[in-house]
Amino acid sequence: MTTVKDGAVRAPRLKTSAMIASFADPGQKTAPAPFGHALAALAETDPRIVGLSADLSKYTDMHVFAKAHPDRFFQMGMAEQLLFGTAAGMAETGLVPFASTYSVFAARRAYDFICLDIAEPNLNVNIVGGLPGLTTGYGPSHQATEDVAIFRGMPNLTIVDPCDSLDLEQAVPQLAAHDGPTYLRLLRGNVPTVLDEYDYEFELGKAKVVRPGNDAVFVSSGLMTMRALQAAEALAAHKVDVAVVHAPTLKPFDEETVLAELDTPRLGVTLENHTVVGGLFETVASALVRRGITRRVVPIGLPDAFLDAGALPTLHDRYGLSKAAIVDTVLGELR
Amino acid sequence: MTENATSVRSDRVSAVRDAAQRIRHHVLDMGEVQGQGYVGQALGVADLLAVSYADQLRFRADDPHWNERDRFLLSTGHYAIGLYAALAEAGVIPVEELETYGSDDSRLPMSGMASYTPGMEISGGSLGHGLTVAVGIALGLRLQANPARVFTFISDGELDEGSTWEAAMGAHHHRLGNLIVMVDMNALQADGKTESVLGIEPAHEKWASFGWFTQRVDGNDVAALLDAFDRAAARAEPEGTPAVILCDTRIGRGVPLLEQREKAHFMRIDEDEWQVCREQLTAGYAGSVNA
Repeated sequence: MTTVKDGAVRAPRLKTSAMIASFADPGQKTAPAPFGHALAALAETDPRIVGLSADLSKYTDMHVFAKAHPDRFFQMGMAEQLLFGTAAGMAETGLVPFASTYSVFAARRAYDFICLDIAEPNLNVNIVGGLPGLTTGYGPSHQATEDVAIFRGMPNLTIVDPCDSLDLEQAVPQLAAHDGPTYLRLLRGNVPTVLDEYDYEFELGKAKVVRPGNDAVFVSSGLMTMRALQAAEALAAHKVDVAVVHAPTLKPFDEETVLAELDTPRLGVTLENHTVVGGLFETVASALVRRGITRRVVPIGLPDAFLDAGALPTLHDRYGLSKAAIVDTVLGELR
Repeated sequence: MTENATSVRSDRVSAVRDAAQRIRHHVLDMGEVQGQGYVGQALGVADLLAVSYADQLRFRADDPHWNERDRFLLSTGHYAIGLYAALAEAGVIPVEELETYGSDDSRLPMSGMASYTPGMEISGGSLGHGLTVAVGIALGLRLQANPARVFTFISDGELDEGSTWEAAMGAHHHRLGNLIVMVDMNALQADGKTESVLGIEPAHEKWASFGWFTQRVDGNDVAALLDAFDRAAARAEPEGTPAVILCDTRIGRGVPLLEQREKAHFMRIDEDEWQVCREQLTAGYAGSVNA
């Protein structure tokens, strides 16, 4: 407790963490730079792999690849249009580039280059976006809260929102093997390892039922699958049995698996680290409508707003992404 | 120069000028199909295209995907009419196909796209993209020890785009000596004269200050173009200084009716004028050859 000038007492305020901070919970099992290590390992056996970054290699775990394969890493400077135009050109010569920057810069700043130089010719360029959704407290300049909404309209582009280190490690070779462009919502630094506790394997284009449950169905992607699993454990104590369906590939979307789970009397909930506009919730909603399935789905996601700056735990609580907020939302719906 | 070298060079000049003349005729024929189009620009750059395809580029007409071909990237997508003419002249596409230009289901759309046309390396049109892709191709070729060079065509209007200068910096930083850029300095953009739209001069100093081997030539003087390309090509190596040739061209070049017309980005030509254009082109060339 802190005493302030007027004599009132209040809890110490959390501080905005540095850019490289992890969103892992204290004491949680993590793996360091899983994307960078997976890419470096893949390059050992696949000579087509090259890495590029726009002055953010250290902050997108690309530095691990650059250190392992210095001749195959290309620093393009803080020039995102050049980054993706160059990646396109390299793919034209038969290489398989992974090009990293922050999601905000890929989606907002270099869209035209990704769209016309990469997606239209359907090149095997893998776009790696750091700080997806609300994974930094730096405010709207760095928070890519609408990246999926921006990219979903782009033909040919596969969009992947991994949950944890396991997802990332398994996704990287599949992204490289996929004949066409991909967008990866990167989790970087010390990334939680969660899915190893379940009978799960990443399969590009597939959603997986990670946990069965009789009262509610969570459909989630990205780090929200971790939160969904944590919330499911917590809800068990409230006698609420929750199923969790992890859908890391947002486009093309595995409608079969997800709709089969949602088309039951259980409470349906989507959980995404993204605005509720144009992301997982609307992907699910449009799939339901197209098949004439009438089910109410509760969206848990970020509001259609520019978000505050601050500490991640504060912001995840404020905007409903924390485990406690999810539990409250679900109990409220079931009450 | 020895007598033999002089004669070789004179043959090269003649061959390129003849190719440019055929390209210009193709352009008029294609323009007539549409009744309008980027005919003025294409006539202006016919000499540049002819130098590229009739003299400088290493390619196989019957194998457009030959791995060691020199790449020719058309960033300025609406100049496709000119490139189709050059590809026909080069034997990559049949001359008879040119009459399908801009028609439904044609391989020759109004704006150049790689997925439609053999020999079209990239999809241009969103201006300012070509040089960024060229940087990647040049890097990729070098990494794979491929000796091919990357010729990239951009327009002076594309110097408005920041991405062009990102790429100019990147090419120098990565020492892309296998990259040769030609800039069509026709001084005209969609909304008017380039200098009134967004001033780009002094262009030579800008490129030189970005670290490029920079030349500026009359883009309708075939002999001067050949010299400039020869100088650029002689320095071309996988690792070195990228080269740019700023080519001052005249819209409608070779057809006085169009050269004298008020300059327009999208030139309208009446039905009865096409034959006049062709006759002027033929007469002018005969006059210049005989002179």
